[in-house]
Amino acid sequence: MGLQLDWSFYNWDLMQNFVLKGLGFSLMLTLVATLGGVLFGTLLALMRLSGRPWLATPAMVYVNGMRSIPLVMVILWFFLLVPLLIGRPIGAELSAVLTFVAFEAAYFSEIMRAGIQSIPRGQVQAGMALGMSYGQNMRLVVLPQALRNMLPVLLTQTIILFQDTSLVYAIGAYDMLKGFEVAGKNFGRPIEAYLAAAVLYFAICYALSAGVKRLHRKIAIVR
Amino acid sequence: MSWDWQVFCEDTLTREAGSSCFGQGGDITYLDWLLSAWGWTVSVSLLALLLALFVGALVGTLRTLPDSPWVVRLGNAWVELFRNIPLLVQIFLWYHVLPTLFPTLQAVPGFVLVVLALGLFTSARIAEQVRSGIQALPRGQRMAGMALGLTTAQTYRHVLLPMALRIVIPPLTSETMNIFKNSSVAFAVSVAELTMFAMQAQEETARGVEVYLAVTGLYMLSAFAINRVMAFIERRARVPGFIASAGTGGH
Repeated sequence: MGLQLDWSFYNWDLMQNFVLKGLGFSLMLTLVATLGGVLFGTLLALMRLSGRPWLATPAMVYVNGMRSIPLVMVILWFFLLVPLLIGRPIGAELSAVLTFVAFEAAYFSEIMRAGIQSIPRGQVQAGMALGMSYGQNMRLVVLPQALRNMLPVLLTQTIILFQDTSLVYAIGAYDMLKGFEVAGKNFGRPIEAYLAAAVLYFAICYALSAGVKRLHRKIAIVR
Repeated sequence: MSWDWQVFCEDTLTREAGSSCFGQGGDITYLDWLLSAWGWTVSVSLLALLLALFVGALVGTLRTLPDSPWVVRLGNAWVELFRNIPLLVQIFLWYHVLPTLFPTLQAVPGFVLVVLALGLFTSARIAEQVRSGIQALPRGQRMAGMALGLTTAQTYRHVLLPMALRIVIPPLTSETMNIFKNSSVAFAVSVAELTMFAMQAQEETARGVEVYLAVTGLYMLSAFAINRVMAFIERRARVPGFIASAGTGGH
């Protein structure tokens, strides 16, 4: 060991002032991006499965395009383009929210597409035979089951998303990692700060993925 | 807004366009810089991929060993450790924390530390796929190996791994594309790769759209190229009459 670690300055005040502020943003970003991503992702999936080329092709180009670019580049693109398009600067935090909704929609759409395709065709046909419209069929028959079948995968993607929120570092938004980093700089203890960040990220993600595994087993038995 | 692709022909110091878009006599244009950044991205990604394939296949195999619960637990711990910490934080750990705790690492260049970080991060994901690939094989194959009197090592070498490694090629394809995308995180510790170039050249030239378009294009080209290479490997390695299962993505 080349250095003595010093944890003495890690008290509740510091956690509240730096880390919790950042953690709040990370969690908010994760939540908004998950809800927005599932919503727009479902729309994209429905477009791709619609069988109409003028709907399916743009959705396919969008999804494949987003999935072949690094997230960091997407973050940089939005931070550059949105102010150019609307003519005034928006903060790094708002830019991050827009980016993550747009980016995650592409990933969630692939999950939802698999979920919708996992529903036997007979169910859709049964709905049609009962006189349901396309919208009713989707809303009442297909999507509730698709969501349930895909719940573990959706939640796993949400955990990955939570980890990816650390990438807003590229535009300097104040997330949990930034909170640790600022605390480390202020107290001249960056090493402890990075270590503490790693431990906290690990604890959160490990607990969440253990929960997802459990849920997966539960759902698998019921089905 | 109008395009200005001339920016790539400008000298990085004087901002003057020369007769050629490649710098002469030691001068460097933005085009030179872009291509060298692409080189760094490709080098980091390919080296990390080699490390990830080697470690991932090893750990994934160890996690399926019969009658060695501690080896399996150790393998599982490896996967959980590298999967549950964000890549950016892992890169900071390798770059800032480990050299402080272990001074011998201070002599190691940052490029190598990033390759280690990216490679081990990806190794956990590959280990997971190799494990499920081996476990997807019918149990009778392992038993047949045992019945023939093969040792555990021989069973893996001649029976299980040849088939399992073919099964995991499709998910590995998406993992190799992920590694190119994930290499962009190296910007945070000043490796002169594409994202680092994008940020700095955008700042210096104020031609962000052109710079980002070029960088994004090179990322897509790299991902497409590695995808074709993997598809070629998959075709060459295919066992006639055996259909490999489709993989799932992630990022």
